[in-house]
Amino acid sequence: MSHALAFIETSASGEVRNTAAMLIAAASKLGTPVAVVVAAPGTGDALIAELGELGAAQVYVAETDQFGSVLVAPQLAALEAASAALQPSAIVLAHSIDGREIAGRLAVRLRTGLLVDVVDVRADGDVVVATHSVFGGAYTVEATVPGAGPAIVTVRQGAIDARAETASPTLTTQSITVDPASAAVIDEVHDAVVATDRPELRGATRVVSGGRGLGSQANFALVEQLADALGAAVGASRAAVDAGYVPQTSQVGQTGITVSPQLYVALGISGAIQHRAGMQTAKTIVAINKDADAPIFDIADFGIVGDVFTVVPQLIEALGKRE
Amino acid sequence: MKIIVLVKQVPDTWGERTLDTATGRLDRSASDAVIDEIDERALEVALQYKDGQDAEVVALSMGPSTVTEVLRKSLAMGADSALHVRDDALLGSDLSRTAAVLAAAITKSGFDLVIAGNEATDGRGGVIPAMIAEHLGVPSMTYLDTVEFAPGSISGVRGDEHGTVSVHASLPAVISVTEASAEARFPNFKGIMKAKKKPLDVWTLADLGLDDSGFAPSTVVTSTTERPARTAGKKIVDEGNAGNELAEFLAAGRLI
Repeated sequence: MSHALAFIETSASGEVRNTAAMLIAAASKLGTPVAVVVAAPGTGDALIAELGELGAAQVYVAETDQFGSVLVAPQLAALEAASAALQPSAIVLAHSIDGREIAGRLAVRLRTGLLVDVVDVRADGDVVVATHSVFGGAYTVEATVPGAGPAIVTVRQGAIDARAETASPTLTTQSITVDPASAAVIDEVHDAVVATDRPELRGATRVVSGGRGLGSQANFALVEQLADALGAAVGASRAAVDAGYVPQTSQVGQTGITVSPQLYVALGISGAIQHRAGMQTAKTIVAINKDADAPIFDIADFGIVGDVFTVVPQLIEALGKRE
Repeated sequence: MKIIVLVKQVPDTWGERTLDTATGRLDRSASDAVIDEIDERALEVALQYKDGQDAEVVALSMGPSTVTEVLRKSLAMGADSALHVRDDALLGSDLSRTAAVLAAAITKSGFDLVIAGNEATDGRGGVIPAMIAEHLGVPSMTYLDTVEFAPGSISGVRGDEHGTVSVHASLPAVISVTEASAEARFPNFKGIMKAKKKPLDVWTLADLGLDDSGFAPSTVVTSTTERPARTAGKKIVDEGNAGNELAEFLAAGRLI
């Protein structure tokens, strides 16, 4: 079986990002999974146990003192070197901000095909087949890379639930340097302090979203209260974001995040196409809205025509009693 | 300073968007085609620099004849000239080909800085700017929330999933900007009138020194299926007990 590389992102201090498990699982569906990671000199060994736990059969560490000071170029050089050494059939990365930039450049550099924002992968013989969910899940599109490859694939964060079996990886360490003149330089990193225990919106199994119907930023607290009662992530419609109730990072929709949770609760959201495209693949949709004609009711499994400020507190109380 | 801004014509996100299930391609006739709003912000970043400094701003797009409309809008907003790469052989181009063709047009035009939107609202890929930078052999900084110009270099704050990173690069370079970067100006009447006289050049593959034969598709769409439409379920009007009923519905579905 050929190799499949999974590119592992790390924080500035070298901690493995939470997309690693999904990426190693995706790689294991396509070949022998090799975790490729960039680390400061002498720090790569510390990652082996964790990546083995996630199923990496081999860990390829590219060590460089440029880690954390040059933007994406070291990561690109690491994958280029690993690809030359291992001749993989596929290279999978997260469809993250960094992952896209690395994948885009790598596809041009290796002169191979790029499939982005995929929600699943499989091997059809030697061919890598990727599944895309297009226009908010309205279409499912399958695509392949017909050339000699490797196929470069970015995977939507949180899209693949499967996990690879634990392995005892072998270790390869390679020293790399890049020409800093041809790359952007990192001046400072501010990793946001996670101020909440709430699940991340991307990949969340339950989401409670609020819309313009909440009326104000202060009233949006109701959305957060229900989210906490359900152990859900908080989302918002574009209207709520534009009105300044919540930051854009919470926006669900065509110009925001696409979610596909088990449960989606829409509070005071009319359900414009712009919003529906970001959540219509949810398993169960619940909507509460004053307007009986709101289009959100057309796709809701359970719709309540009513005032969110009376229905939601009653729901929270009822949830509390059940515990 | 010569700034090239990439603009894309996309189906309006406020309407239904449709794929042709036979070809996997966008059904352009099914929705209103508009300039992608993120590209208006990219153009605004260039125009704000031009408001205070000596700069030439060129809007560049690739696509069928309808793309002229979005380029005219870019000119009306304040771009100095527009370039339209248009060739029937480009129909159905994938990411790799799109990036290669745009990079060839940028090289032919000449540039100090390329500004793009972070990701188009239709494809959502967000990879084209980095691919173009790789073709051009220059630094890239994608997903910038803020952009600062300095002589010979550009800097900004890049927001990612975990926080922000302050970055800079020497020019020439390619950047892409997010929704947070700038509020786009509206073209005024004077701008619209002036736009009619501004140059809008159309380049074919031959004009770019590219021919069709060298392009094997690097990706192939093998199937496109439409998801069945969702249907409405139970709908009740709150008569004082809806919150409790919803709790029961969630419990019955093992959702709590």
